[in-house]
Amino acid sequence: MAAKSTIKSEGGKVRRVIVVGGGLAGLMTVIKLCEAKVPVDLISLVPVKRSHSACAQGGINASVNTKGEGDSPQVHLEETAYGGDFLGNQPPIKGMADAAPGIVYMLDRMGVPFNRTAEGLLDFRRFGGTLFHRTAFAGATTGQQLLYALDEQVRRWETTDVTDEHGVSLPGEKMVRKFEFWDFLQAIIDDNGNCVGCVAQDLKSMHIKHFPGDAVVLATGGCGIVFGRSTLSVICTGTAAAAAYQQGACYANGEFIQVHPTAIPGADKLRLISESARGEGGRVWVPKDKNEKREGRDVPEKERDYLLERMYPGYGNLVPRDIASRAIFQTCFHEERGIYSTITGKNEDEVYLDLTHKDEKFLRGKLAGILEIYEKFAGVDPYKNPMKVFPAVHYSMGGLWVDYERDAKGSLRVGSPRNHSTNIPGLYAVGEVDYQYHGANRLGANSLLSCLWGGMACGPAVATYTRNLAKSALDLPSSTFEKAEKRALADYERILKQNQDKKNAENAYRLHQELGDTMLRDVTIERHNDQLEKVLTKLDELDERVKNVKSTDDSPRVNQGAQFVRHLENMLVLARVIAQGAKDRDESRGAHYKPDFPKRNDEEFLRTTMAMHEKKGAVKYVRELDYSLAGANVHVTDAVDTTLVAPRTRSYEQAGAASAAAASKLDTKQPQSAGKSA
Amino acid sequence: MTMAEGTTAKEGTGKLVHLRIKRQDGPGKADTIRWEEFNVPKLPQMNVNSALQQIQKDPVTTAGKTVAPVVWEAACLEEVCGSCTMLINGKVRQACSALVDQLAPNGEVITIEPMSKFPCERDLIVDRSRMFESLKQVKAWIELDGTHELGPGPRESQESQEERYPLSRCMTCGCCLEACPQYSDASPFIGPAALNQVRLFNLHPSGAMHKNARLESVMGEGGVADCGKAQNCVEVCPKEIPLVDSISVVARETTKRMLFGWLLK
Repeated sequence: MAAKSTIKSEGGKVRRVIVVGGGLAGLMTVIKLCEAKVPVDLISLVPVKRSHSACAQGGINASVNTKGEGDSPQVHLEETAYGGDFLGNQPPIKGMADAAPGIVYMLDRMGVPFNRTAEGLLDFRRFGGTLFHRTAFAGATTGQQLLYALDEQVRRWETTDVTDEHGVSLPGEKMVRKFEFWDFLQAIIDDNGNCVGCVAQDLKSMHIKHFPGDAVVLATGGCGIVFGRSTLSVICTGTAAAAAYQQGACYANGEFIQVHPTAIPGADKLRLISESARGEGGRVWVPKDKNEKREGRDVPEKERDYLLERMYPGYGNLVPRDIASRAIFQTCFHEERGIYSTITGKNEDEVYLDLTHKDEKFLRGKLAGILEIYEKFAGVDPYKNPMKVFPAVHYSMGGLWVDYERDAKGSLRVGSPRNHSTNIPGLYAVGEVDYQYHGANRLGANSLLSCLWGGMACGPAVATYTRNLAKSALDLPSSTFEKAEKRALADYERILKQNQDKKNAENAYRLHQELGDTMLRDVTIERHNDQLEKVLTKLDELDERVKNVKSTDDSPRVNQGAQFVRHLENMLVLARVIAQGAKDRDESRGAHYKPDFPKRNDEEFLRTTMAMHEKKGAVKYVRELDYSLAGANVHVTDAVDTTLVAPRTRSYEQAGAASAAAASKLDTKQPQSAGKSA
Repeated sequence: MTMAEGTTAKEGTGKLVHLRIKRQDGPGKADTIRWEEFNVPKLPQMNVNSALQQIQKDPVTTAGKTVAPVVWEAACLEEVCGSCTMLINGKVRQACSALVDQLAPNGEVITIEPMSKFPCERDLIVDRSRMFESLKQVKAWIELDGTHELGPGPRESQESQEERYPLSRCMTCGCCLEACPQYSDASPFIGPAALNQVRLFNLHPSGAMHKNARLESVMGEGGVADCGKAQNCVEVCPKEIPLVDSISVVARETTKRMLFGWLLK
């Protein structure tokens, strides 16, 4: 029996859903909920306009086929499944690929300044893992532009009154209430195991407060900061996901971490140079002669080794990221053919990413955003000099396990409350924090798409879920909430007080550096079981040492020191899920590569890694789980639904290998040489 | 064998970076304002953000006193989110793109303060919520009918996209407001950032359908007429947004609206 009113609780208060995280996935979920007349409390670590989605550069995929190449959602589905080395469940991917053109049109209607063709249509460029022009873009700051468009629409909902069933405005109640500079601490789970709200902390006053919610959506992004430095924003510690995991949410495919081939090394961050640089004709090379000491621009054409074009003639510089990163790593690390540095007097781990053969005006129109970053942070003019780049941790394909419901056509059934539900009823996850859509490796420009599509699937799912609730969270006994709040408060006080008088107490920031160095060294491009074993031992050590951390700050206001201790504790938990998962998967698939097990092994490992928290320092991997949704039991296993595109060997040497449907259209045209000038 | 050393921190160049930082414990606590100095190890390609990170690892002043680490806002570290805006050697800018080698090539002291036009929350963190409220005032959005599928948006020329895109890169960082002589917490002037949004949305074919509402939102007290034409805003904008042009366009349009708009009613 559903509750009498979907708008108000029995006590007459406005019922709300809580969305945590204000990047693209969170904001899209908010908009979908508002359109379904579900009021929202939006909690975010930072003002939502500063979320990490702003860093996405290159674009968003949609097979609109503006260039008449024969692109279609079917090809997009096939290439995404293949690019992900068949670890992604295909019905959600199909839903996403089918919806993509409509999503880009929606963004266009929101006013996103997408680049245009001469006829005034949306322009599209090439990205990795496909031969088609499928990526819509706004200069090289597409993520920023999409984030702003959604931020603007949510701001509009912030000014919109909540209305009751009769359309009467409820005084003082707005559809969206924003809580910015708030940190998610934990989900509130009632005696029946349902998520009925969350506890969060105001990062200015440090006040800890509970938020009752008929459902909670985590849209809290990735966890790249577990690796110390990455291309991610410093806020992407994965703390919310780790907290939910410790409360019983399943974490899936944690070991699949994408390393992006081209970033600028830096002391505080590894700044991304988008794949769109290669999509617009950029070429990766190193000197053929290992002893070459000249500047890049002085090395003649015939003395350059365009390694990706040589190794993968079919896709060239636009092979998927895992493949490009491994090739660069192989060249620099194993063959020691990186770029010579006059400062260190040896070949450094860097390769050239070269756009100097392209016209400057063309580059300014399409790539100014990233070339500006290179100019500002590397201090060298990329219009005249080849850029120096190296791979960096970029994206987590894994994340909180989420469900979906398949429809008769093999797609995702929109409106099913199972979509994006974690195994804790009432707790949903969407965006990079979930594990859906990308399998073992994400294709470039599919992340913005999966965030938006995820929100479009998650919003209606949550609306269905809350409509069918017998009771609003607001009508539950207040003790449920007070208990959770007290627990969170006690934990915060522990952090503030622990080890204050201890001599030689640990510093959380230094421990984090140790964690990052370990993870970066041993759990990224190449993985070896003996080293992973050592990583796990190191994590045991860090788990012990973190108990000796003393907060560097005891201030009652904006206490970043204490907050960071909490995030570090949670990062250690995720690090173990990632490292242990990597150790247990004795095969190579997508971003997970073990030289000792160089082949994919579908028989044993074509399955989702499902991690459950056992206790501090112990992960339990399960092959199946049950959870209950709207009174019905749902049983799921780790089998991957590959019914739409049958798994086959993944290789990018041949043009068209990634999609049968695409290959059939390639007869008349050769894959483009990335080297040609515009 | 593994990710290379190239991406792990090469600690220390043997040199030090000398920071002088203005601190404050909370809003309204002017009595706690103080300057503290720190020497931190210099790293290759270091920026002010990573210098502040070094303080977190060893929060001891040059006078040898252990203090709470300095707090500041940071997120993207590539000058696209606007978080880490502060005054560095007196100039308002982002800490992430402020490179130590350029600021202090010979080890000079780097002075860091919070922005002065917004209430201080603590240390280098200020409350910029007024900027986001201004975006509500000027209705900086398209009046979308809904997110359901309705086909593509209006066609747009390349020329028009090239005019809109630079205006759309405003990251609400507050540099323009900090530099504006007319803007302060005591003045109602809305400032360049929001006025630029009026121009941006009025340029879009769907946005233009609600053009007048946006113009009227900046016609009263604190509106576009309060601009003193000092042109400081455009000088400090990290995204090089043509803010002065935007203000003139909006001023012209509001004048037209004032002169003729009422006649048409």
